Amino acid sequence: MSTGNMNLTLQVWRQKNKNSAGKLVDYKLSDISPDMSFLEMFDVLNEQLITKGEEPVVFDHDCREGICGMCSMFINGQPHGPKDLVTTCQLHMRSFKDGDTIVVEPWRAKAFPVIKDLAVDRSAFDRIIASGGFVSVNTGNAQDANALPIPKAKADAAFEAAACIGCGACVATCKNASAMLFVSAKVSQLALLPQGQPERYRRVQSMVAQMDEEGFGNCTNTGACEAECPKGISLENIARMNRDYLSAKFISEEEV
Amino acid sequence: MSKLNSNIPAGELTQKWTKYKSSIPLVNPANKRSLEVIVVGSGLAGASAAATLAEMGYKVKCFCFQDSPRRAHSIAAQGGINAAKNYQNDGDSTYRLFYDTIKGGDYRAREANVHRLAEVSANIIDQCVAQGVPLAREYGGLLDNRSFGGTQVQRTFYAAGQTGQQLLLGAYSALERQVGMGKVQMYTRHEMLDVVVIDGKARGIIARNLITGELERHFGHAVVLGTGGYGNVFYLSTNAMGSNVTAAWKVHKKGAFFANPCYTQIHPTCIPVSGDHQSKLTLMSESLRNDGRIWVPKKKDDPRKPSDIPEDERDYYLERRYPAFGNLVPRDVASRAAKERCDAGYGVGASKLAVYLDFKANTERYGRIEASKAGNHNPDKETCMRLGTAVIKEKYGNLFDMYAQITGENPYETPMRIYPAVHYTMGGVWVDYDLMTTIPGLYCTGEANFSDHGANRLGASALMQGLADGYFVLPYTIGSYLSKEIATKPIPTDHPAFVEAENNVKATIDKFLSINGTKSVDHFHKRLGHIMWEKCGMARNREGLTQAIKEIQDLRREFWADVKVPGSADEFNPELEKAHRVADFIELGELMCIDALNREESCGGHFREEHQTEEGEAKRDDENFAYVAAWEYKGVSEFELHKEELNYENIKVAQRNYK
Repeated sequence: MSTGNMNLTLQVWRQKNKNSAGKLVDYKLSDISPDMSFLEMFDVLNEQLITKGEEPVVFDHDCREGICGMCSMFINGQPHGPKDLVTTCQLHMRSFKDGDTIVVEPWRAKAFPVIKDLAVDRSAFDRIIASGGFVSVNTGNAQDANALPIPKAKADAAFEAAACIGCGACVATCKNASAMLFVSAKVSQLALLPQGQPERYRRVQSMVAQMDEEGFGNCTNTGACEAECPKGISLENIARMNRDYLSAKFISEEEV
Repeated sequence: MSKLNSNIPAGELTQKWTKYKSSIPLVNPANKRSLEVIVVGSGLAGASAAATLAEMGYKVKCFCFQDSPRRAHSIAAQGGINAAKNYQNDGDSTYRLFYDTIKGGDYRAREANVHRLAEVSANIIDQCVAQGVPLAREYGGLLDNRSFGGTQVQRTFYAAGQTGQQLLLGAYSALERQVGMGKVQMYTRHEMLDVVVIDGKARGIIARNLITGELERHFGHAVVLGTGGYGNVFYLSTNAMGSNVTAAWKVHKKGAFFANPCYTQIHPTCIPVSGDHQSKLTLMSESLRNDGRIWVPKKKDDPRKPSDIPEDERDYYLERRYPAFGNLVPRDVASRAAKERCDAGYGVGASKLAVYLDFKANTERYGRIEASKAGNHNPDKETCMRLGTAVIKEKYGNLFDMYAQITGENPYETPMRIYPAVHYTMGGVWVDYDLMTTIPGLYCTGEANFSDHGANRLGASALMQGLADGYFVLPYTIGSYLSKEIATKPIPTDHPAFVEAENNVKATIDKFLSINGTKSVDHFHKRLGHIMWEKCGMARNREGLTQAIKEIQDLRREFWADVKVPGSADEFNPELEKAHRVADFIELGELMCIDALNREESCGGHFREEHQTEEGEAKRDDENFAYVAAWEYKGVSEFELHKEELNYENIKVAQRNYK
């Protein structure tokens, strides 16, 4: 059991609640092990703050294995930090050097208001899914699962789109705070599968309308979302969504 | 000591569910609209129940502590979901899934419940595929299957190593659809802190809005808990950081019996602990045992790199001890075998608390098949490894990436190091055949209840049970209660029972904030975890358990005298949330030890060192312990045991044999 030897300076965004102003606060940490995860390093910081009688830093996290999508730190200007295809909870301190200064901020987007410190409100994503990110099939209405063969390539492509964890890194990194990658991943998953066809064009219209209503920005094809996505969700999904959205315009209202 | 009535319908096993389902009284659509159901938890069991109940017409409120229902820890399930589809034509059937589950559970589960689970398993796959869940397929376009431990057929459906994610997102989309239609009111970042019981029936909950700190009263004609398991009582487990027992423990203290708390599943293949800073443990899916062979060096303290140890100096101990099932023995058996080797001094890695999980042989085998497909019938080793690595990557890519990220080692080149870790809890709130607890109107589904896995759960059966309960069982069985409630008007939440419950919650919060001690909540949680792991973990004995009970009682007193909870009650305060959870874990930990001490036998995940065969296998005592131990809360450190006898009419109870 090795104790570590890294010394770090953290600059962490502290904000009491959504109505108050926030600021970066400096913290010194010593004896950090390179085998710690980034969030375990925050556990150490919080333990020290509690012991000193100060308020610990609030941050969202849950599964700590890169799948629940709850962790959300903006680290040195990048969502989920410097490593590709990794969430903050799976980022380890061996990705940093002794003596580093690390700046940690919350996701920044109008549609993701800060709740406290590093935690933001991402309920806009739930509302987008509620507007159409589903197949309308009640429990008990399904036919045999193998009644409808689906080509492996299609099923695999749908799975890759469905791998989105809804963390919001795409929004946080986009200069327009656009949610196009998130929305298009769900639109694509269902557009690629036969089960998604009946509602295909209605779905894309409802979800895009809800996305706009939530205050997310437009897509200007910078590709930052794809580059920062911890799950490697592809820009192709945005192209597919745009095609479907356009197609929907040419389909009469009754058919949609 | 009273006898518990499980309300299992009469009749032949294979007909019980069909007949019973057709005889449950119905509630007409107009009445459904005025009946309100509270669902706590939004994982597979909660989300599927909430969505289905709303589809049926009930008014539903659903609560989760995370920022979105999609975060529930079902999302992290990796390997797969079992279903008796027999798509592989390998002789699978409802009966075999039923039989494997009863046997895997070491003959400590209810026959009728498990048979029902096997019956509805096929419907789950149909439902999920219809929702657009992208399960893995073969080139012919049909669904693919793989093997899991404790079975000899391939009945596990999967989506790479992210099956739980895909199934949960399916249930989440069904739930959000109902939210969009206004039929489910969703309360995220809310935590249930008590159940409200009026005239002996569950009538609502007290929940804390975690952002504002406000305490809210919610009425329901019935309350459903789908709040998951309590593995975090061990501090280190594969559960999410927020996974907790609080909802289940609160209802226990209000009268719901808690069954078989000592049945804990220690999963054999997890990434070993790397240091004191560790906050959680990460599972490497059981599916890896399809292609990974487990071994340790034959020589003690062998300093060589695994690649330098020749074949004949490796001990593939599972294949040696259990030739029929080999690396695919059930989890409890695999975990104990790993512990046995490490305790005997053959462990590997810096801590010596690890064994190897090696993919080399099968990588080479896959490579040979791929080369052959491409017309190369005599490939060299390098070609085999290159081609085989691509196959392994497609099957388990995300797991290998996760391993590399956490350990800093490349598992494609060197064997994984793994060790058992707490993963799942078979025990939970006692429920009858309807999934109703001992409090009328209060139901419990999924991992939070105790019902289907006996003393050990088979791999890929948790997802099956969560969705079976939520989609196909509870929505029917709840009708037998709600059909009698159609005349009950919503009870105003200024009823004295609501006021009292809220005042009690408020008093607890005030107490936490006023102690102002010297140690953090985590400090106490870690100490509790240490006691539990050492004395109520993979192996237990009378002396250790007796000590543990005393130590936990002392810890509880110290916690309530010296814990430090910063901040205030009326704000977003994660430390306050943790304080509630750890306070409940401490009380649960004591009950787990009491239960483990009471159960003078070894079965499944419960291994008492005093009760083992000469070969070191678990030794059951069917004559004296073929019962469900359901505990009633009587006050601090006081629990009364009630027994539900288990009767096996269709399966011959035998010593489990995987040799």
